[in-house]
Amino acid sequence: MSSTTGDTPGLLSRVGPPAIGAVAAIAAWWAATAVFHIRSFFLPAPPEIVHRFLEQPEFLLQESWATLVETVAGFAIAVVAALTLAVLLAAVPIIERATLPLLVTLNSVPKVAIAPLLIVWLGYGPKPKIFLAVLICFFPLVVAAMSGFASTPADFSELSRSLSASWWQTYVKIRIPWALPQIFVGLKVAMSLAPIGAVVAEVYNPDHGLGAVVALSSTSADTPLAFAAIVLLAILSVTLYYLVVAVERLVLPWAREISG
Amino acid sequence: MIEIAGLSRTFKGRTGPVEALRGIDLNVKEKEFVAIIGRSGCGKSTLLRLVAGLIPATAGRVLVGGEQVTRPRRDIAMMFQRPALLPWRSVLDNVMLPVEIFGWKRQTHQARARELLEIVGLTGFEKQLPHELSGGMQQRVSLCRALIQQPRVLLMDEPFSALDALTREELAVELQRIHIQLGTTMLFVTHSIQEAVLLADRVVVLSSRPGQIRRVVEVDIPRPRSFGHSAHMEEVSTCSAELHELLLG
Repeated sequence: MSSTTGDTPGLLSRVGPPAIGAVAAIAAWWAATAVFHIRSFFLPAPPEIVHRFLEQPEFLLQESWATLVETVAGFAIAVVAALTLAVLLAAVPIIERATLPLLVTLNSVPKVAIAPLLIVWLGYGPKPKIFLAVLICFFPLVVAAMSGFASTPADFSELSRSLSASWWQTYVKIRIPWALPQIFVGLKVAMSLAPIGAVVAEVYNPDHGLGAVVALSSTSADTPLAFAAIVLLAILSVTLYYLVVAVERLVLPWAREISG
Repeated sequence: MIEIAGLSRTFKGRTGPVEALRGIDLNVKEKEFVAIIGRSGCGKSTLLRLVAGLIPATAGRVLVGGEQVTRPRRDIAMMFQRPALLPWRSVLDNVMLPVEIFGWKRQTHQARARELLEIVGLTGFEKQLPHELSGGMQQRVSLCRALIQQPRVLLMDEPFSALDALTREELAVELQRIHIQLGTTMLFVTHSIQEAVLLADRVVVLSSRPGQIRRVVEVDIPRPRSFGHSAHMEEVSTCSAELHELLLG
Protein backbone atom coordinates (compact mmCIF):
# COMPACT_ATOMS: atom_id res chain seq x y z
CA MET A 1 0.00 0.00 0.00
CA SER A 2 2.96 2.27 -0.46
CA SER A 3 2.52 5.31 -2.65
CA THR A 4 2.94 4.68 -6.34
CA THR A 5 3.71 8.17 -7.54
CA GLY A 6 5.90 7.95 -10.61
CA ASP A 7 8.42 10.55 -11.73
CA THR A 8 6.85 13.97 -12.09
CA PRO A 9 7.03 14.98 -15.72
CA GLY A 10 9.14 18.05 -16.46
CA LEU A 11 7.61 21.52 -16.79
CA LEU A 12 8.10 21.48 -20.57
CA SER A 13 6.25 18.23 -21.16
CA ARG A 14 3.38 19.34 -18.89
CA VAL A 15 2.92 22.88 -20.25
CA GLY A 16 4.13 22.27 -23.80
CA PRO A 17 1.20 20.41 -25.43
CA PRO A 18 -1.59 22.65 -24.06
CA ALA A 19 0.38 25.75 -25.03
CA ILE A 20 0.88 24.46 -28.59
CA GLY A 21 -2.86 23.66 -28.77
CA ALA A 22 -3.82 27.17 -27.69
CA VAL A 23 -1.42 28.87 -30.09
CA ALA A 24 -2.62 26.69 -32.96
CA ALA A 25 -6.29 27.51 -32.22
CA ILE A 26 -5.59 31.26 -32.17
CA ALA A 27 -3.56 30.97 -35.37
CA ALA A 28 -6.40 29.11 -37.09
CA TRP A 29 -8.88 31.75 -35.98
CA TRP A 30 -6.60 34.50 -37.23
CA ALA A 31 -6.02 32.73 -40.54
CA ALA A 32 -9.77 32.17 -41.02
CA THR A 33 -10.56 35.86 -40.57
CA ALA A 34 -7.84 36.75 -43.10
CA VAL A 35 -8.54 34.03 -45.70
CA PHE A 36 -12.34 34.41 -45.72
CA HIS A 37 -12.24 38.21 -45.32
CA ILE A 38 -14.49 38.05 -42.27
CA ARG A 39 -15.42 41.56 -41.22
CA SER A 40 -14.33 42.72 -37.81
CA PHE A 41 -17.89 43.54 -36.80
CA PHE A 42 -18.83 39.87 -37.41
CA LEU A 43 -15.73 38.13 -36.00
CA PRO A 44 -12.70 40.24 -35.09
CA ALA A 45 -9.19 38.86 -35.59
CA PRO A 46 -7.11 38.28 -32.43
CA PRO A 47 -4.88 41.37 -32.89
CA GLU A 48 -7.95 43.60 -33.18
CA ILE A 49 -9.16 42.34 -29.82
CA VAL A 50 -5.79 43.07 -28.24
CA HIS A 51 -5.81 46.48 -29.89
CA ARG A 52 -9.30 47.23 -28.60
CA PHE A 53 -8.23 46.21 -25.10
CA LEU A 54 -5.20 48.53 -25.27
CA GLU A 55 -7.45 51.46 -26.21
CA GLN A 56 -9.24 51.32 -22.86
CA PRO A 57 -7.25 49.06 -20.56
CA GLU A 58 -8.21 50.86 -17.39
CA PHE A 59 -11.92 50.76 -18.12
CA LEU A 60 -11.83 47.07 -18.98
CA LEU A 61 -9.76 46.13 -15.95
CA GLN A 62 -12.14 48.09 -13.74
CA GLU A 63 -15.10 46.18 -15.13
CA SER A 64 -13.18 42.91 -14.70
CA TRP A 65 -12.60 43.83 -11.09
CA ALA A 66 -16.33 44.43 -10.60
CA THR A 67 -17.15 40.99 -12.02
CA LEU A 68 -14.37 39.37 -10.00
CA VAL A 69 -15.64 40.85 -6.74
CA GLU A 70 -19.23 39.80 -7.44
CA THR A 71 -18.16 36.30 -8.42
CA VAL A 72 -15.93 35.73 -5.41
CA ALA A 73 -18.43 37.28 -3.00
CA GLY A 74 -21.22 35.12 -4.40
CA PHE A 75 -19.05 32.01 -4.26
CA ALA A 76 -17.95 32.69 -0.68
CA ILE A 77 -21.49 33.35 0.59
CA ALA A 78 -22.74 30.21 -1.18
CA VAL A 79 -19.95 28.09 0.35
CA VAL A 80 -20.70 29.21 3.89
CA ALA A 81 -24.46 28.88 3.50
CA ALA A 82 -24.36 25.55 1.65
CA LEU A 83 -21.93 23.88 4.05
CA THR A 84 -23.90 25.04 7.07
CA LEU A 85 -27.11 23.74 5.55
CA ALA A 86 -25.47 20.45 4.58
CA VAL A 87 -24.20 19.85 8.12
CA LEU A 88 -27.65 20.67 9.47
CA LEU A 89 -29.37 18.36 6.99
CA ALA A 90 -26.96 15.52 7.66
CA ALA A 91 -27.25 15.95 11.42
CA VAL A 92 -31.02 16.27 11.77
CA PRO A 93 -32.82 13.71 9.59
CA ILE A 94 -36.22 15.32 10.13
CA ILE A 95 -35.00 18.60 8.60
CA GLU A 96 -33.54 16.66 5.72
CA ARG A 97 -36.81 14.87 5.07
CA ALA A 98 -38.77 18.10 5.33
CA THR A 99 -36.61 20.19 3.01
CA LEU A 100 -34.82 17.88 0.59
CA PRO A 101 -37.72 17.53 -1.91
CA LEU A 102 -38.08 21.31 -1.85
CA LEU A 103 -34.36 21.76 -2.47
CA VAL A 104 -34.41 19.32 -5.37
CA THR A 105 -37.36 21.18 -6.90
CA LEU A 106 -35.68 24.55 -6.48
CA ASN A 107 -32.51 23.13 -7.95
CA SER A 108 -34.31 22.10 -11.13
CA VAL A 109 -35.45 25.69 -11.77
CA PRO A 110 -33.05 27.27 -14.28
CA LYS A 111 -31.61 29.95 -12.03
CA VAL A 112 -30.91 32.39 -14.87
CA ALA A 113 -34.67 32.67 -15.41
CA ILE A 114 -34.79 34.67 -12.19
CA ALA A 115 -32.35 37.30 -13.52
CA PRO A 116 -35.04 39.72 -14.80
CA LEU A 117 -36.78 39.68 -11.42
CA LEU A 118 -33.65 40.64 -9.54
CA ILE A 119 -33.96 44.33 -10.49
CA VAL A 120 -37.39 44.31 -8.88
CA TRP A 121 -36.11 42.66 -5.70
CA LEU A 122 -32.63 44.06 -5.30
CA GLY A 123 -32.41 47.07 -7.59
CA TYR A 124 -29.14 48.10 -9.24
CA GLY A 125 -25.54 47.73 -8.16
CA PRO A 126 -23.63 44.57 -7.24
CA LYS A 127 -26.31 42.99 -5.02
CA PRO A 128 -28.41 41.27 -7.72
CA LYS A 129 -25.23 39.95 -9.39
CA ILE A 130 -23.89 38.50 -6.16
CA PHE A 131 -27.30 37.04 -5.43
CA LEU A 132 -27.49 35.19 -8.75
CA ALA A 133 -23.94 33.91 -8.30
CA VAL A 134 -24.90 32.59 -4.83
CA LEU A 135 -28.04 30.97 -6.19
CA ILE A 136 -26.29 29.21 -9.04
CA CYS A 137 -23.45 27.90 -6.79
CA PHE A 138 -25.56 26.88 -3.87
CA PHE A 139 -27.17 23.58 -4.88
CA PRO A 140 -24.15 21.79 -6.32
CA LEU A 141 -22.35 22.61 -3.09
CA VAL A 142 -25.14 21.29 -0.86
CA VAL A 143 -25.42 18.11 -2.89
CA ALA A 144 -21.66 17.52 -2.88
CA ALA A 145 -21.29 18.12 0.85
CA MET A 146 -24.27 15.94 1.71
CA SER A 147 -23.02 13.02 -0.31
CA GLY A 148 -19.64 13.55 1.36
CA PHE A 149 -21.19 13.35 4.83
CA ALA A 150 -23.30 10.36 3.85
CA SER A 151 -20.20 8.47 2.75
CA THR A 152 -18.56 8.33 6.20
CA PRO A 153 -17.29 4.74 6.46
CA ALA A 154 -19.08 2.57 9.04
CA ASP A 155 -15.68 1.83 10.62
CA PHE A 156 -15.25 5.51 11.49
CA SER A 157 -18.75 5.81 12.91
CA GLU A 158 -18.09 2.83 15.15
CA LEU A 159 -14.71 4.24 16.16
CA SER A 160 -16.20 7.56 17.18
CA ARG A 161 -18.94 5.77 19.09
CA SER A 162 -16.49 3.55 20.94
CA LEU A 163 -14.59 6.71 21.97
CA SER A 164 -17.88 8.39 23.03
CA ALA A 165 -17.04 11.33 20.77
CA SER A 166 -19.57 14.16 20.91
CA TRP A 167 -21.64 15.15 17.89
CA TRP A 168 -19.40 18.14 17.36
CA GLN A 169 -16.15 16.15 17.66
CA THR A 170 -17.43 13.56 15.21
CA TYR A 171 -18.07 16.27 12.65
CA VAL A 172 -14.94 18.31 13.15
CA LYS A 173 -12.50 15.42 13.51
CA ILE A 174 -14.00 12.78 11.25
CA ARG A 175 -16.98 13.54 9.05
CA ILE A 176 -16.03 16.94 7.63
CA PRO A 177 -12.41 15.99 6.81
CA TRP A 178 -13.65 12.76 5.24
CA ALA A 179 -16.17 14.71 3.13
CA LEU A 180 -13.58 17.24 1.92
CA PRO A 181 -12.69 15.47 -1.34
CA GLN A 182 -16.37 15.43 -2.30
CA ILE A 183 -16.85 18.99 -1.05
CA PHE A 184 -14.03 20.01 -3.38
CA VAL A 185 -15.88 18.43 -6.30
CA GLY A 186 -18.73 20.78 -5.39
CA LEU A 187 -16.36 23.72 -4.97
CA LYS A 188 -14.95 23.20 -8.44
CA VAL A 189 -18.39 22.97 -10.02
CA ALA A 190 -19.55 26.02 -8.06
CA MET A 191 -16.46 28.03 -8.98
CA SER A 192 -17.05 27.43 -12.67
CA LEU A 193 -20.73 28.38 -12.28
CA ALA A 194 -20.28 31.52 -10.15
CA PRO A 195 -19.04 33.77 -13.01
CA ILE A 196 -22.02 32.63 -15.10
CA GLY A 197 -24.40 33.82 -12.40
CA ALA A 198 -22.66 37.17 -12.05
CA VAL A 199 -22.44 37.76 -15.81
CA VAL A 200 -26.04 36.80 -16.56
CA ALA A 201 -27.18 39.29 -13.93
CA GLU A 202 -24.87 41.91 -15.43
CA VAL A 203 -26.27 41.36 -18.92
CA TYR A 204 -29.81 41.88 -17.64
CA ASN A 205 -28.90 44.83 -15.53
CA PRO A 206 -25.92 46.38 -17.31
CA ASP A 207 -24.44 48.99 -15.03
CA HIS A 208 -21.09 47.41 -14.21
CA GLY A 209 -18.98 44.37 -14.95
CA LEU A 210 -17.81 42.48 -18.04
CA GLY A 211 -21.34 41.22 -18.74
CA ALA A 212 -22.46 44.84 -18.96
CA VAL A 213 -19.59 45.59 -21.36
CA VAL A 214 -20.70 42.76 -23.67
CA ALA A 215 -24.35 43.86 -23.48
CA LEU A 216 -23.57 47.51 -24.22
CA SER A 217 -20.99 46.83 -26.94
CA SER A 218 -23.52 44.77 -28.88
CA THR A 219 -25.88 47.72 -29.01
CA SER A 220 -23.13 49.78 -30.67
CA ALA A 221 -21.90 46.86 -32.82
CA ASP A 222 -18.47 47.16 -31.17
CA THR A 223 -17.71 43.45 -31.52
CA PRO A 224 -13.96 43.75 -30.76
CA LEU A 225 -14.88 45.30 -27.40
CA ALA A 226 -17.32 42.47 -26.68
CA PHE A 227 -14.60 39.95 -27.50
CA ALA A 228 -12.08 41.74 -25.32
CA ALA A 229 -14.54 41.47 -22.43
CA ILE A 230 -15.21 37.80 -23.18
CA VAL A 231 -11.50 37.00 -23.26
CA LEU A 232 -11.02 38.76 -19.91
CA LEU A 233 -13.96 36.80 -18.55
CA ALA A 234 -12.43 33.53 -19.71
CA ILE A 235 -9.11 34.41 -18.07
CA LEU A 236 -10.93 35.32 -14.86
CA SER A 237 -12.97 32.09 -14.76
CA VAL A 238 -10.05 29.81 -15.56
CA THR A 239 -7.82 31.49 -12.97
CA LEU A 240 -10.45 31.17 -10.25
CA TYR A 241 -11.06 27.52 -11.13
CA TYR A 242 -7.40 26.62 -10.97
CA LEU A 243 -7.06 28.49 -7.69
CA VAL A 244 -9.59 26.06 -6.22
CA VAL A 245 -7.68 23.15 -7.76
CA ALA A 246 -4.44 24.45 -6.25
CA VAL A 247 -6.02 24.78 -2.80
CA GLU A 248 -7.35 21.23 -3.13
CA ARG A 249 -3.90 19.86 -3.89
CA LEU A 250 -2.49 21.75 -0.96
CA VAL A 251 -5.15 20.70 1.53
CA LEU A 252 -5.80 17.11 0.44
CA PRO A 253 -2.54 15.37 -0.40
CA TRP A 254 -4.04 12.15 0.98
CA ALA A 255 -7.19 12.13 -1.14
CA ARG A 256 -5.52 11.29 -4.44
CA GLU A 257 -3.57 8.49 -2.82
CA ILE A 258 -6.47 6.63 -1.28
CA SER A 259 -8.83 7.05 -4.23
CA GLY A 260 -6.18 5.55 -6.52
CA MET B 1 -12.10 -7.86 35.68
CA ILE B 2 -14.88 -8.80 33.26
CA GLU B 3 -18.00 -10.48 34.64
CA ILE B 4 -20.59 -11.59 32.13
CA ALA B 5 -23.80 -13.06 33.52
CA GLY B 6 -26.79 -14.48 31.64
CA LEU B 7 -26.02 -12.28 28.66
CA SER B 8 -28.43 -12.58 25.73
CA ARG B 9 -29.02 -10.53 22.65
CA THR B 10 -31.80 -10.78 20.06
CA PHE B 11 -31.84 -8.70 16.88
CA LYS B 12 -34.87 -7.68 14.90
CA GLY B 13 -34.47 -9.39 11.55
CA ARG B 14 -36.53 -8.97 8.39
CA THR B 15 -38.32 -12.26 8.98
CA GLY B 16 -38.69 -11.91 12.75
CA PRO B 17 -36.39 -11.87 15.74
CA VAL B 18 -32.93 -13.43 15.40
CA GLU B 19 -31.35 -14.76 18.56
CA ALA B 20 -27.63 -14.01 18.33
CA LEU B 21 -26.51 -14.90 21.86
CA ARG B 22 -28.14 -16.88 24.64
CA GLY B 23 -27.23 -17.02 28.31
CA ILE B 24 -23.51 -16.30 28.18
CA ASP B 25 -21.73 -16.61 31.54
CA LEU B 26 -18.03 -15.82 31.62
CA ASN B 27 -15.55 -14.32 34.05
CA VAL B 28 -12.22 -12.95 32.91
CA LYS B 29 -9.55 -12.34 35.53
CA GLU B 30 -7.25 -9.33 35.57
CA LYS B 31 -4.33 -9.65 33.09
CA GLU B 32 -5.95 -12.70 31.57
CA PHE B 33 -6.00 -13.25 27.82
CA VAL B 34 -9.23 -14.88 26.70
CA ALA B 35 -9.90 -15.81 23.07
CA ILE B 36 -13.41 -16.29 21.74
CA ILE B 37 -13.58 -18.64 18.83
CA GLY B 38 -16.45 -19.83 16.69
CA ARG B 39 -17.65 -20.14 13.14
CA SER B 40 -18.91 -17.07 11.29
CA GLY B 41 -22.30 -15.91 12.49
CA CYS B 42 -21.94 -17.46 15.95
CA GLY B 43 -22.36 -14.08 17.63
CA LYS B 44 -18.76 -13.60 18.75
CA SER B 45 -18.63 -10.05 17.42
CA THR B 46 -21.98 -9.36 19.09
CA LEU B 47 -20.52 -10.56 22.38
CA LEU B 48 -17.60 -8.17 22.01
CA ARG B 49 -19.88 -5.25 21.12
CA LEU B 50 -21.97 -5.95 24.20
CA VAL B 51 -18.87 -5.87 26.41
CA ALA B 52 -17.78 -2.65 24.67
CA GLY B 53 -21.13 -1.05 25.43
CA LEU B 54 -21.75 -0.39 21.74
CA ILE B 55 -25.08 -2.25 21.77
CA PRO B 56 -27.47 -2.93 24.67
CA ALA B 57 -28.14 -6.45 25.96
CA THR B 58 -31.57 -8.02 25.65
CA ALA B 59 -31.03 -9.82 28.96
CA GLY B 60 -28.22 -10.28 31.47
CA ARG B 61 -25.39 -7.90 32.19
CA VAL B 62 -21.72 -7.13 31.77
CA LEU B 63 -19.53 -5.75 34.55
CA VAL B 64 -16.06 -4.41 33.89
CA GLY B 65 -14.03 -3.55 36.96
CA GLY B 66 -17.15 -4.10 39.07
CA GLU B 67 -19.17 -1.50 37.21
CA GLN B 68 -21.97 -2.34 34.82
CA VAL B 69 -21.32 -1.46 31.18
CA THR B 70 -24.16 0.57 29.73
CA ARG B 71 -22.30 2.59 27.10
CA PRO B 72 -18.74 2.89 25.71
CA ARG B 73 -16.22 3.65 28.47
CA ARG B 74 -12.72 5.07 28.49
CA ASP B 75 -11.31 2.13 30.43
CA ILE B 76 -12.51 -0.25 27.72
CA ALA B 77 -10.73 0.06 24.38
CA MET B 78 -11.79 -1.59 21.17
CA MET B 79 -9.73 -2.64 18.17
CA PHE B 80 -11.52 -3.46 14.94
CA GLN B 81 -11.04 -5.85 12.08
CA ARG B 82 -9.86 -3.01 9.85
CA PRO B 83 -7.43 -0.36 11.09
CA ALA B 84 -9.95 2.52 10.62
CA LEU B 85 -7.15 5.09 10.58
CA LEU B 86 -8.05 8.61 9.50
CA PRO B 87 -6.25 9.01 6.16
CA TRP B 88 -5.46 12.71 6.62
CA ARG B 89 -3.80 12.25 10.00
CA SER B 90 -0.20 11.24 10.50
CA VAL B 91 0.58 8.03 12.38
CA LEU B 92 1.24 9.97 15.59
CA ASP B 93 -1.93 12.05 15.25
CA ASN B 94 -3.98 8.92 14.65
CA VAL B 95 -2.66 7.46 17.89
CA MET B 96 -3.47 10.75 19.62
CA LEU B 97 -7.11 10.80 18.46
CA PRO B 98 -8.56 9.35 21.70
CA VAL B 99 -6.47 11.84 23.72
CA GLU B 100 -8.02 14.72 21.77
CA ILE B 101 -11.53 13.35 22.04
CA PHE B 102 -11.23 12.77 25.78
CA GLY B 103 -9.91 16.31 26.18
CA TRP B 104 -6.68 15.10 27.79
CA LYS B 105 -3.52 17.19 27.69
CA ARG B 106 -1.62 16.59 24.49
CA GLN B 107 1.86 17.15 25.92
CA THR B 108 1.46 14.62 28.73
CA HIS B 109 0.35 11.86 26.39
CA GLN B 110 2.50 12.56 23.34
CA ALA B 111 5.50 10.88 24.94
CA ARG B 112 3.40 7.79 25.67
CA ALA B 113 2.21 7.71 22.08
CA ARG B 114 5.82 7.64 20.92
CA GLU B 115 6.61 4.91 23.44
CA LEU B 116 3.75 2.76 22.18
CA LEU B 117 4.88 3.26 18.59
CA GLU B 118 8.32 2.16 19.68
CA ILE B 119 6.91 -0.99 21.28
CA VAL B 120 5.29 -1.98 17.97
CA GLY B 121 8.43 -1.07 16.02
CA LEU B 122 7.12 2.04 14.29
CA THR B 123 9.68 4.55 15.50
CA GLY B 124 10.57 6.79 12.57
CA PHE B 125 7.11 6.47 11.02
CA GLU B 126 5.38 9.07 13.25
CA LYS B 127 4.92 11.62 10.48
CA GLN B 128 3.86 9.21 7.73
CA LEU B 129 0.26 9.08 6.50
CA PRO B 130 -1.60 5.76 6.80
CA HIS B 131 -1.59 5.03 3.06
CA GLU B 132 2.20 5.04 3.15
CA LEU B 133 2.19 2.03 5.51
CA SER B 134 1.57 -1.66 4.88
CA GLY B 135 -1.59 -3.32 6.21
CA GLY B 136 0.27 -4.86 9.13
CA MET B 137 1.81 -1.53 10.09
CA GLN B 138 -1.59 0.14 9.90
CA GLN B 139 -3.03 -2.43 12.28
CA ARG B 140 -0.11 -1.80 14.64
CA VAL B 141 -0.99 1.90 14.65
CA SER B 142 -4.57 0.95 15.40
CA LEU B 143 -3.34 -1.13 18.36
CA CYS B 144 -1.38 1.88 19.67
CA ARG B 145 -4.50 4.03 19.34
CA ALA B 146 -6.41 1.53 21.48
CA LEU B 147 -3.62 1.37 24.06
CA ILE B 148 -3.14 5.14 24.40
CA GLN B 149 -6.36 5.37 26.39
CA GLN B 150 -4.72 3.14 29.03
CA PRO B 151 -7.60 0.69 29.01
CA ARG B 152 -8.17 -1.85 31.76
CA VAL B 153 -9.70 -4.08 29.13
CA LEU B 154 -8.76 -4.33 25.46
CA LEU B 155 -11.35 -5.86 23.13
CA MET B 156 -10.18 -7.10 19.75
CA ASP B 157 -12.55 -8.10 16.96
CA GLU B 158 -10.60 -10.34 14.57
CA PRO B 159 -7.87 -7.72 14.36
CA PHE B 160 -5.60 -9.71 12.07
CA SER B 161 -8.14 -11.33 9.78
CA ALA B 162 -7.65 -8.86 6.93
CA LEU B 163 -3.88 -9.46 6.80
CA ASP B 164 -1.82 -12.01 4.90
CA ALA B 165 -0.77 -15.20 6.70
CA LEU B 166 2.81 -14.22 7.50
CA THR B 167 1.87 -10.77 8.78
CA ARG B 168 -0.83 -12.36 10.94
CA GLU B 169 1.70 -14.60 12.65
CA GLU B 170 4.10 -11.73 13.10
CA LEU B 171 1.43 -9.56 14.72
CA ALA B 172 0.15 -12.36 16.92
CA VAL B 173 3.63 -12.94 18.30
CA GLU B 174 3.96 -9.20 18.85
CA LEU B 175 0.61 -9.01 20.61
CA GLN B 176 1.72 -11.76 22.96
CA ARG B 177 4.84 -9.77 23.79
CA ILE B 178 2.78 -6.61 24.41
CA HIS B 179 0.38 -8.54 26.62
CA ILE B 180 3.25 -9.89 28.70
CA GLN B 181 4.79 -6.40 28.88
CA LEU B 182 1.66 -4.33 29.67
CA GLY B 183 -0.56 -6.89 31.37
CA THR B 184 -3.78 -5.49 29.91
CA THR B 185 -6.79 -7.80 30.22
CA MET B 186 -7.69 -8.92 26.72
CA LEU B 187 -10.75 -10.36 25.06
CA PHE B 188 -9.86 -11.49 21.57
CA VAL B 189 -12.31 -12.67 18.93
CA THR B 190 -10.87 -14.86 16.20
CA HIS B 191 -11.70 -17.75 13.93
CA SER B 192 -8.12 -18.96 13.86
CA ILE B 193 -7.33 -21.91 16.13
CA GLN B 194 -3.64 -21.18 15.71
CA GLU B 195 -3.98 -17.63 16.99
CA ALA B 196 -6.15 -18.72 19.89
CA VAL B 197 -3.64 -21.36 21.02
CA LEU B 198 -0.72 -18.99 20.68
CA LEU B 199 -2.29 -16.10 22.56
CA ALA B 200 -4.92 -17.24 25.02
CA ASP B 201 -4.90 -18.44 28.60
CA ARG B 202 -8.39 -19.73 27.94
CA VAL B 203 -10.32 -20.25 24.73
CA VAL B 204 -14.10 -19.86 24.75
CA VAL B 205 -15.69 -21.96 22.03
CA LEU B 206 -19.06 -20.67 20.87
CA SER B 207 -21.70 -22.72 19.09
CA SER B 208 -23.89 -21.14 16.43
CA ARG B 209 -27.47 -19.84 16.26
CA PRO B 210 -27.98 -18.95 19.00
CA GLY B 211 -24.44 -18.35 20.19
CA GLN B 212 -23.86 -20.29 23.38
CA ILE B 213 -20.71 -21.31 25.20
CA ARG B 214 -19.91 -24.84 24.09
CA ARG B 215 -16.75 -25.29 26.15
CA VAL B 216 -13.99 -23.23 27.75
CA VAL B 217 -10.60 -24.74 26.98
CA GLU B 218 -7.60 -23.98 29.21
CA VAL B 219 -4.38 -23.48 27.28
CA ASP B 220 -1.74 -24.52 29.75
CA ILE B 221 1.38 -23.86 27.74
CA PRO B 222 4.22 -21.74 29.16
CA ARG B 223 4.90 -18.34 27.58
CA PRO B 224 6.36 -16.98 25.43
CA ARG B 225 4.84 -19.34 22.89
CA SER B 226 5.71 -19.39 19.22
CA PHE B 227 4.39 -20.69 15.94
CA GLY B 228 6.16 -23.55 14.27
CA HIS B 229 8.91 -25.31 16.09
CA SER B 230 8.86 -25.00 19.87
CA ALA B 231 9.52 -27.00 22.98
CA HIS B 232 5.81 -27.60 23.48
CA MET B 233 4.77 -28.95 20.11
CA GLU B 234 2.83 -31.77 21.68
CA GLU B 235 0.68 -29.62 23.96
CA VAL B 236 0.03 -27.21 21.09
CA SER B 237 -1.16 -29.94 18.77
CA THR B 238 -3.30 -31.61 21.46
CA CYS B 239 -4.96 -28.29 22.25
CA SER B 240 -5.43 -27.43 18.57
CA ALA B 241 -6.95 -30.83 17.89
CA GLU B 242 -9.40 -30.40 20.75
CA LEU B 243 -10.50 -26.98 19.49
CA HIS B 244 -10.77 -28.30 15.99
CA GLU B 245 -13.08 -31.05 17.07
CA LEU B 246 -15.23 -28.69 19.13
CA LEU B 247 -15.60 -26.31 16.20
CA LEU B 248 -16.38 -28.94 13.60
CA GLY B 249 -18.41 -31.32 15.76
